[in-house]
Amino acid sequence: MLLFLEQLLNGLQFGVTLLLMASGLTLIFGIMNLINLAHGSLFMVGAYVGATAIAHGSGFFLGLLAGIAAAAITGMAMEFVIMRRLYRRDHLDQVLATFGLILFFNEMVSIIWGRQPVAMNTPDFLSGTVELIPGAPYPAFRLAVIVTGIVVTGLLYFLVMKTRIGMWIRAGASNREMIGALGVNISLLYTVLFGFGAALAGLAGVMAAPFSAVQSGMGENILILTFVVIVIGGIGSIRGAVAGALLIGLTDTLGRVYIPDLMRLWLPPSVADGAGASLASMMIYILMAVVLAFRPRGLFQTHG
Amino acid sequence: MSLKGKKAVLLGAAAAMMGSCIATFGAQAAEPVKIGLITTLSTGAGYLGDDTRKGFELAISEQGGKLGGADINLIVEDDGLKPETARQIATRMIESEHVDLMTGIVFSNVAMAVVPKVVRDGIIYVSTNAGPSLLAGAKCDANYFNAAYQNDNIHEAMGQYVQDQGYKKVYLLAPNYPAGKDAMSGFKRFYKGDIVDEVYTKLGQTDYAAEIASLRAAKPDAVFFFYPGGMGINFIKQYAQAGLKDEIPLFGPAFSADEHMVDAVGEAAEGMKNSSLWSPDMDNEASKKFVASYVAKYGAKPSQYSMQAYDAANLIGSAIAAVGGDMSKKDEFRTALKKADFTSVRGNFKFGNNNHPIQDFYIREVVADPDGGFTNKLVGKVFSDHVDAYASECKM
Repeated sequence: MLLFLEQLLNGLQFGVTLLLMASGLTLIFGIMNLINLAHGSLFMVGAYVGATAIAHGSGFFLGLLAGIAAAAITGMAMEFVIMRRLYRRDHLDQVLATFGLILFFNEMVSIIWGRQPVAMNTPDFLSGTVELIPGAPYPAFRLAVIVTGIVVTGLLYFLVMKTRIGMWIRAGASNREMIGALGVNISLLYTVLFGFGAALAGLAGVMAAPFSAVQSGMGENILILTFVVIVIGGIGSIRGAVAGALLIGLTDTLGRVYIPDLMRLWLPPSVADGAGASLASMMIYILMAVVLAFRPRGLFQTHG
Repeated sequence: MSLKGKKAVLLGAAAAMMGSCIATFGAQAAEPVKIGLITTLSTGAGYLGDDTRKGFELAISEQGGKLGGADINLIVEDDGLKPETARQIATRMIESEHVDLMTGIVFSNVAMAVVPKVVRDGIIYVSTNAGPSLLAGAKCDANYFNAAYQNDNIHEAMGQYVQDQGYKKVYLLAPNYPAGKDAMSGFKRFYKGDIVDEVYTKLGQTDYAAEIASLRAAKPDAVFFFYPGGMGINFIKQYAQAGLKDEIPLFGPAFSADEHMVDAVGEAAEGMKNSSLWSPDMDNEASKKFVASYVAKYGAKPSQYSMQAYDAANLIGSAIAAVGGDMSKKDEFRTALKKADFTSVRGNFKFGNNNHPIQDFYIREVVADPDGGFTNKLVGKVFSDHVDAYASECKM
């Protein structure tokens, strides 16, 4: 039981990281109708710059800010130089161009930082464990990730639902021509929005850096899952991103832990371990197929 | 006069000058030996191939652009960790570039796509890292030499060590792919205690929170894990963050603690024991010279991958010298390779019947490096003149 609660927390923490990525991506996708495969690269930029700043003695919070700022600036530059040429092109062109950007960023990072992974440790004040559930000490840093994710999501919800910019964003998601006709500076809104999405990716990157390898290509694994999240949640929907991210986080974590155990009930252990591991890594795609079979536009569809 | 012609004249002149003292080299060093090096230079694992290339190039540059007295034309290509890409490159190297020799692959699945084809085409392949069991046993080949190890060896050494240390209950983790399963069977071949659980995770997985929580609940005495590169960095960091570092000791093969990983992980890896065929602090002349010249050239400590590539290059050099740079003498070249008449930085080195090394295996510990960062330190030897488990299946 203790273990199950702990695994729930793990699933929640994974879901929250995905959520930071998915909310930025879904805003861009929903409003600008732009598929940005290079969103994972912004995650990587955040991690690299954050880790480098901290290695040079900036301290954790300044490093965090540096990572977020670097991702935001990179994102806005990317929008200004490349993305705005792609809005009117079809999705296939966007996929191709942003895929090219992934290769560009991976190579760029190898040139600047070298091919070997970069180090980043947890800040001292978060490096211990907290006994949230008695008998199951939980890493403090993972708790901090969960808290950050919840706070940021709360702010995002407030921004989108209660402010004027949020209103434009929501309006833009349902009818892009109309909001331009109403006098909103669309091109500025897009740049800012892109930077904002990039900042969220950068935040996720810095928060992930202490427990993962900061290396070229690190954004690609998470990018695939992020796309699964927004497809399940419904493209362009923040509520969908929240639901999708938590669903994927929990399914993936609990699947990895319990499916091999379940398989052992029927199969000899040597077969069950391999087959269970394979099935567990397919779980989220099976989940996606099931969701899409019943709700082809995702759990919370935005477009009519 | 063509460039090649000019080169030949120059070389001839140089050889003539040297001729008095090294008569056997003679004047036939005209045609450079073409070596095709396929390795993994991109993706998260790109630094492994980068190390391989650096080690190989260091050996060549130490001999002034030559190996064994012959000029070397080294062609380096990136396989991107994709077997089909590697196979295409190999085909091109053999059919249009006419390489004399091939080497360099890091990953076993890539090697399995390339090596059988290469040796079938009559090209000699010298492995700098990958050592899949099939190529050591039933499918061994006179054209295939492994200058590194057979895959299971390093895990076997750790199995023996954990057994000797008296740990009763061990928890095993590895990625769900062939090398992961080989690693576990290698470990279990020499470890005779209880296996609490054997967990296979997705290849390339980044978050191990769930596995670590289950591991803690299972309360093993020790953990053996095979996670190379980024996967290992993630695992070790997360293991320490979960507060387990001082409670349940971690053991792994050298692939779970190469020099770059140890640097990227830092303190979280301190005290971790890992098994290897070499260590940067190895006490022999060749190794000290290698480490010093590697650091001087690249500004970083060599990893096991660099060391194996360096040895492979020197091994190749010894055979080139034996045939006086004439690569058409294939049988003599093979015989010379098999003799392994070179000074290995790992110390003892000889080939067994299946062209795989018979060598010693050691235990290293991750310690703080006086020069900053962290490094591996030799703490003991587990096997002497260890022969791999598949040698008897090889009919050669």
